[in-house]
Amino acid sequence: MIEKLDVITMAEYKAKGESPEILFWVGCAGSFDDRAKKITKAIVKILNHANVKFAVLGTEESCTGDPAKRAGNEFLFQMQAMNNITILNGYEVRKIVTGCPHCLNTLKNEYPSLGGNYEVIHHTELLQDLLNTGRIKIEGGSFKGKKITFHDPCYLGRANDVYEAPRSVMINLEAELMEMKRSRENGLCCGAGGAQMFKEAEKGNKEIYVERSEEALALNPDVIAVGCPFCNTMMTDGVKHFNKEDSVKVLDVAELIAQAKDL
Amino acid sequence: MISSIIFIVLLLGGGILFTINARKVRRNILLGKEINRKDNFPQRIKLMTLVSLGQRKMFERPIPAILHLFLYVAFVITQIELIEIICDGSLGSHRMFRPALGGFYTFMVSFIEILSVLAFIGTIAFLSRRNLLKVPRLVKNELNGWPKLDANLILLSEITLICFIFMMNGADEVLYSMHQSHALDLNDGSLGLAISSHLGPFLFGGMSEHSLHIIERVGWWGHIGMVLWFLNYLPYSKHFHILLAFPNVFYSNLNPKGKFTNMESVTNEVKAIFDPSFVPPVADPNIPMRFGAKEVTDLTWKQLLDSYTCTECGRCTSSCPANITGKLLSPRKIMMSTRDRLEEVGKNMDANKGIFKDDGKSLLGDYISAEELWACTSCNACVQECPVNIDPLSIIIDMRRFIVMEQSAAPSELNGMFTNIENNGAPWQFGQADRLNWKNE
Repeated sequence: MIEKLDVITMAEYKAKGESPEILFWVGCAGSFDDRAKKITKAIVKILNHANVKFAVLGTEESCTGDPAKRAGNEFLFQMQAMNNITILNGYEVRKIVTGCPHCLNTLKNEYPSLGGNYEVIHHTELLQDLLNTGRIKIEGGSFKGKKITFHDPCYLGRANDVYEAPRSVMINLEAELMEMKRSRENGLCCGAGGAQMFKEAEKGNKEIYVERSEEALALNPDVIAVGCPFCNTMMTDGVKHFNKEDSVKVLDVAELIAQAKDL
Repeated sequence: MISSIIFIVLLLGGGILFTINARKVRRNILLGKEINRKDNFPQRIKLMTLVSLGQRKMFERPIPAILHLFLYVAFVITQIELIEIICDGSLGSHRMFRPALGGFYTFMVSFIEILSVLAFIGTIAFLSRRNLLKVPRLVKNELNGWPKLDANLILLSEITLICFIFMMNGADEVLYSMHQSHALDLNDGSLGLAISSHLGPFLFGGMSEHSLHIIERVGWWGHIGMVLWFLNYLPYSKHFHILLAFPNVFYSNLNPKGKFTNMESVTNEVKAIFDPSFVPPVADPNIPMRFGAKEVTDLTWKQLLDSYTCTECGRCTSSCPANITGKLLSPRKIMMSTRDRLEEVGKNMDANKGIFKDDGKSLLGDYISAEELWACTSCNACVQECPVNIDPLSIIIDMRRFIVMEQSAAPSELNGMFTNIENNGAPWQFGQADRLNWKNE
């Protein structure tokens, strides 16, 4: 089934002589990973529902360079950054929202000194804003009374001190929000960061995603909520590792909101 | 008179020796590359007040924080008493501040005594945590050998120091009650010290005046002796943190933790590719050009200061996802290895008239292995945990940069990821032209 999504590119806006409120930076995972594409669509549905005038770069978007930089390939990172900055500045982009904390961190913190200055927010921050300003409203919905625990993405939490936005958004679900022992500043990594996503883990006695999902599953949640496509992959693998995929869902905060509103 | 001369010689000798060794540490730290950490003075002062003086991050783990607070406050407040000891020692007087300060003197020394008892309890608890309870982060492999001995030596020295204080004060209380103390007799029967007025008679009551004077002097000389020993032990020990914690927090990274440095040398090259008319600044030919860090001298002075500030508490390692799951990486070991290598480089320079003579070794390879570096998820848990704002992650990334950009020795899967980004603008093998396909799927 083809869903009706209203997605306009920056190039199309420019051709019309208009400019959007905000650029939605989809990211590589959001563009190509089958699981993450669902998160991308959930974000778009919410943006459409709230009548947010947004654009994507589409085929002009390219990797921010985050995994290259974390892996030590500064040269490749800066090549990517310069290319992206040329395109973003060409469209006079001022505000960016992204569903990927790694893209967020790079765009927000590492692009400015290379000439790219934008206001960059995570999609949970945008959701919080849309809820606060009444552009979307949620009352209960399908997650009412369900047990949900939020796994803090390192690049949203510790890296950029965003802890409250995802939680304050989920409060609207009227669900039972539970905290893992290691949460917020003390949250445990899912194991994907620092370019680990693209390589086998070094030799050890346990996978990091197993350690983390074990902690989440100990709370007996109905949903493990995440805010990062890589955390999503890792936590989903962890839930499968414990054969809990039928009873525990791993969902992005955007998916929770979209599903609660039946979008 | 003789004792005054001995005292002054000891004091000056201890001070000079410490200065010489502290200057060597400073020289070693300044072998690091320049980085600007002198901006935002008010914010840095605030941070130092909260994190160093106020120990804010320690209280994430309340039990060790309270025990540590006992030792910390006792250490700081005892320095006041040290002023009197220095005066008495140099002038041959005894408790010279007591007559003038009166009740305030009794209060201060009593306060120090109570803190000393708390510090004693803290020290015993710390020894137990290390040697009996074997708290996991305090018995990891990287602590075998000298680090373990160092930790126990520090704690035993603290216990000895406290015992000397109570020998000194306890014996003096008994002597005072016998009107035989060298302190000015105010005919009040007791020095009124909160602990020693009870502990003294209990331990030393009934002893001869001669024995009491010996015990008192052993306590007094032992106290100042331990202070001078401690001072000169610091530059060789992890215990240096008691001094370096302050500048180290002052010079903290104030940026968001996720923000890694953009290498200027790379920016110049990339700019030249994008704009052929761009003329990069002329590099100083005396500074060897190298991408990333292979050796301690490739790190910044702040990273080297971090290594001397580390007191090996292991909070970083106990929160590291790689270490928790049995990988070789331990952020604490990264800091310990950096310091070990830096000290080796320093000794090499001392032995070769101040010029480093190649010893065929380097930080990367001989001290820190690629396997450790590739286990990091860059999650910043270690940076978050450190009570004195040490940043092991920045060293890990700088060393990865050397492996990738100078040695081209990244793990093969990562090389595949680099190639994908170069060719397709994504870490996977998907074409850039397909980037918006999700819209219609």
